[in-house]
Amino acid sequence: MENEPAFFETSPKPGVVGKPLNRVDGRDKVMGKAKYSAEYPLPGLVYGVLKTSAIAKGRVQSIDTSLALKEPGVLQILTHLNLPKLAKTPNDPEGKKAIGAPMGFLPMTSDIIHYAGQPVALIVADTFERATQAAALVRVNYAAEAPIAAYTDKRAQLFNPEKIQDGKADGYTRRGDARAALASAPIKMTAVYTHAINHHNPMEPGATTAIWEAPDRVTVYESTQGVTRTQKSLSAYLGLPQDQVRVITKFIGGGFGCKGSCWPHTVLTVQAAKAVGRPVKLVLTRPQQFTSMGHREDQTQTLTLGASKEGKLLALIHEKTSTTSPWDNYAESNSKIINLLYDCPTFESHYELGRANVMTSTFTRAPGEAPGSFAIESSMDDLAYQLGIDPIEIRLRNYAEKDPSTGQPWSSKSLRQCYARGAELFGWSKRNPKAGVTKNGRLLVGYGMATASYPVHNSQGTARVRLYADGHAVVQAGATDLGTGTYTVMTQVAADSLGLAPDKIRFELGDTKLPTAPNSGGSVAAGTVSSSVYMAAQDVWERLTKMAIKDPKSPLFQAKAEDVAMENGRLQLKKDASKGEDFKALMKRAGIDDIEGSGQGKYGSGYEAGQSAASASDAHKDEAGKHSMHSFGAHFCEVQVDPDLGTVRVTRWVSVHGAGRILNAKTARSQIIGGSIFGIGAALMEATARDPHYARYTNADLGDYHIPVNADIPEMTVEFIDEHDPYINAMGVKGIGEISMVGVSAAVANAVFHATGKRVRDLPITPDKILGTKSV
Amino acid sequence: MNNFSYLSTTTAKDATAAVTGTKGAAFIAGGTTVLDLMKLNVENHSELVDINMVPFKGIEQTADGLRIGALERMSDVGEHPLVLQNYPMISQALLQAASPQLRNMASIGGNLLQRTRCGYFRDVAFPCNKRQPGSGCPAQEGENRGLAILGGSKSCIATHPGDLGVALAALDAVLLLENAKGKQRRVPLVDFHVVPGTTPQRETVLEPGELIVSVTVPAAAHARKSMYLKVRDRASYAFALASAAVGLDVQGGQIRSARVALGGVGTKPWRSVAAEKILTGAPATEATFRAAAAAAVRDAQPREQNRFKVELAQNTLVRALLELSAA
Repeated sequence: MENEPAFFETSPKPGVVGKPLNRVDGRDKVMGKAKYSAEYPLPGLVYGVLKTSAIAKGRVQSIDTSLALKEPGVLQILTHLNLPKLAKTPNDPEGKKAIGAPMGFLPMTSDIIHYAGQPVALIVADTFERATQAAALVRVNYAAEAPIAAYTDKRAQLFNPEKIQDGKADGYTRRGDARAALASAPIKMTAVYTHAINHHNPMEPGATTAIWEAPDRVTVYESTQGVTRTQKSLSAYLGLPQDQVRVITKFIGGGFGCKGSCWPHTVLTVQAAKAVGRPVKLVLTRPQQFTSMGHREDQTQTLTLGASKEGKLLALIHEKTSTTSPWDNYAESNSKIINLLYDCPTFESHYELGRANVMTSTFTRAPGEAPGSFAIESSMDDLAYQLGIDPIEIRLRNYAEKDPSTGQPWSSKSLRQCYARGAELFGWSKRNPKAGVTKNGRLLVGYGMATASYPVHNSQGTARVRLYADGHAVVQAGATDLGTGTYTVMTQVAADSLGLAPDKIRFELGDTKLPTAPNSGGSVAAGTVSSSVYMAAQDVWERLTKMAIKDPKSPLFQAKAEDVAMENGRLQLKKDASKGEDFKALMKRAGIDDIEGSGQGKYGSGYEAGQSAASASDAHKDEAGKHSMHSFGAHFCEVQVDPDLGTVRVTRWVSVHGAGRILNAKTARSQIIGGSIFGIGAALMEATARDPHYARYTNADLGDYHIPVNADIPEMTVEFIDEHDPYINAMGVKGIGEISMVGVSAAVANAVFHATGKRVRDLPITPDKILGTKSV
Repeated sequence: MNNFSYLSTTTAKDATAAVTGTKGAAFIAGGTTVLDLMKLNVENHSELVDINMVPFKGIEQTADGLRIGALERMSDVGEHPLVLQNYPMISQALLQAASPQLRNMASIGGNLLQRTRCGYFRDVAFPCNKRQPGSGCPAQEGENRGLAILGGSKSCIATHPGDLGVALAALDAVLLLENAKGKQRRVPLVDFHVVPGTTPQRETVLEPGELIVSVTVPAAAHARKSMYLKVRDRASYAFALASAAVGLDVQGGQIRSARVALGGVGTKPWRSVAAEKILTGAPATEATFRAAAAAAVRDAQPREQNRFKVELAQNTLVRALLELSAA
């Protein structure tokens, strides 16, 4: 369309957007019919198994595959000595950029070992069991060197990077003179926060099934958050045109960021399929999952704040030190949220990295926002108690009416309502302001709260609508459904945009043959894809309108296009609804069975440094680009702490968010619950232990890497504030994938403080960190 | 996992003969440990001899007390009325262990043979004296938060991971064993597991090819009034950071008999006779319980990360005694 369409308004009748529609794929999932990437029984399929490095640093001196190759059914063993040559590798910066690789190192391209668990061989056999057996028989001799396990190692050389997060964020930020402001501030506080290594641990591990359809054409069934990104990466790796690489992902069992990039095992599997001339499937084992798809890095944050005696922030200085790999300068950008959450006139942030023998960390649900919010939201709570101010009140005193980091107005912000509604639902007014005095028998009871915020990142994508004259429609976008409900919500958007019932719509996704959609990451999928679908539907109506006004038999003959509107599948005059006709009648008369439209949805206003504003049309862009776009929310948490046994249980939970239009009340609620539980896991139990001498994980399985089980989680209350944001995109959707876990660990830690009088700044808050606590 | 052959047997005689006669053979019952460790290449058996059809069954009250067949499942024993009524500690220990799926598979005998969750043991890329004698113990200076403070040595500080063994240690359980020659012997549970010393690869007194036939637990007042308290990093499905199995016979405020064992803190199920001595004959007060708890961990040798267990084990024990005496 030439002009940006009006803000999407759901059709008042019937209108399914926002309704708690059941998942359209729910039945297939419970019936086992939903096919995941390792579930395509291709003819001639064989199995790949990785052999990974026993050491964290050194070289492969020799690999003896002779014994393994004698095993029945073994077809091929790839090592650095015989890996088919790749057009590009990420081992040089140019290659890394072309590939869009999450780390600047591809294993098995040389004898170098940089981290424990690095692939050293890929064994292909006719069964999984035989490949596994053969892998155990591959003998690797290493020349081991002493590795560095973390930035905390005395031998780790610390440095201040110019850029972090793959060049996407600055290593140093300064707004005003925070040092001077701090010097003259009546209240000064410095606190140190540490965060354990966290792994995403989706239920479905990384999985790749690759089949070469022709010598220069490959299809890959991949567990990825973005088929197009994987396609681009593989085409660069392989030196193939993008269209010669097809990537399919119909269902994913969770991603949380680790499936946002094309990791080494994927390209190695594709090369294995090439080497054996048969389709190859490779599924990471759970221990391999811990060293194959990134993690949230171990990190220390030092947050210094200066404030007035009334609790008004005057200065914020944030320093973060974290572990990165031997080649990349990766760190989550924790400081961004600290820079914009409150109205503070000065700000400064520094990043410091220490190289260690680990793979590069990667985005993990709310990268930066989650640990960053733990620091700022714990410190705000601390300040509130020190000054005797209610934790909500101190946040209101520092309420940012515009984005402090840019000076721009918010496109929308409902944080005040989130605080108020959350407090009401939770019963915050019943809280005893004094810490460590509320009891339930032997247990100490604590209330805590924290603010959540997540940016609306830039994104764009396309969608296609094919409307049939029989009243059905097929809607397509190459998006991915992480399990959160993309199939369902896009069906709803298409239904309302086309004036059809949802059961007349089939929404297809997860294939690079479909129109290009962005990664399901950074919470952009719902906003971008819904806008694309809406725009594509508008394109269909525009085409139909043109047909109608040229058709002498149509009641709309010779009407002006701008006077025609669509209502429940009917084209009619805006001013006189009686003048119009059903699209089916129009199409039948024209003798066409179907009509197609496509649309490009844009989203966001340029939050990412170095990326220009890219929202909607040029005319709209200026307006949108003047706004800062974020979701906001508030979490309220009750914990009961056993001071003798050190156990912390979350006993009540309330989350209220303002995140633009909510497309489906049920899937949105589930997503917020899931994200909050993810955050409770990080707050109370998730920690990957890396041995300090061997730089190797010691709890790389789900028995010993604890994530919450049902018994850890109480009934959770989730609400959304009605928010109408015309700047984000045509749909006004902000996305809720990540805000759900921002602030969660602070809410828990603040509740622990209220219960015990002890402020734990070291995540996770396991029993050992509570012991020694008595009521104060 | 290596290739292995599989043999199903219906009698103890066939089973023990098969394991004794085949190099690298091992028994399999529920398989929840042996298959896990074979997948990790921690154990590599040439043959698995399935004993699930061997009639080591039954949960019954005998003249000697409660008799449990070694091939009864954890869930069946944990939910059995006899166990619930007369040995609540055993039921609680079983039902707080693992997950329902695992409890439905895992056998009583196998549970007592469950191997440690020490991360160094479970990953063949690490040295480990238990897995590979003489290779070293990185846990001593490494990730030892979950490891034992009692019964360890310079060779090994791996924690006994189970719960059932702790309860059985407290209640004077006796195991009936049978070897390939059909010879049976009785071994008290407290003597069944051994501390690592310089031979951490040896975890029990079980001889090669020997099977656990049954477990007998004497009836006692301190068994009827007993409980198992387990502290862990999450509310369910986790191994104990510390646990306490306690039984008390209190009359008129005086403790007539007491049984105490600790879990999650020892290299074997940790019966504390020292704590029992302090409790027996003393008034059932918190002061008594504190003194008993101090005695129970007197020999603790914590490492850097598991120091908290010294306090946690005592608090767990005190809490269990307080709750039990108040019940």
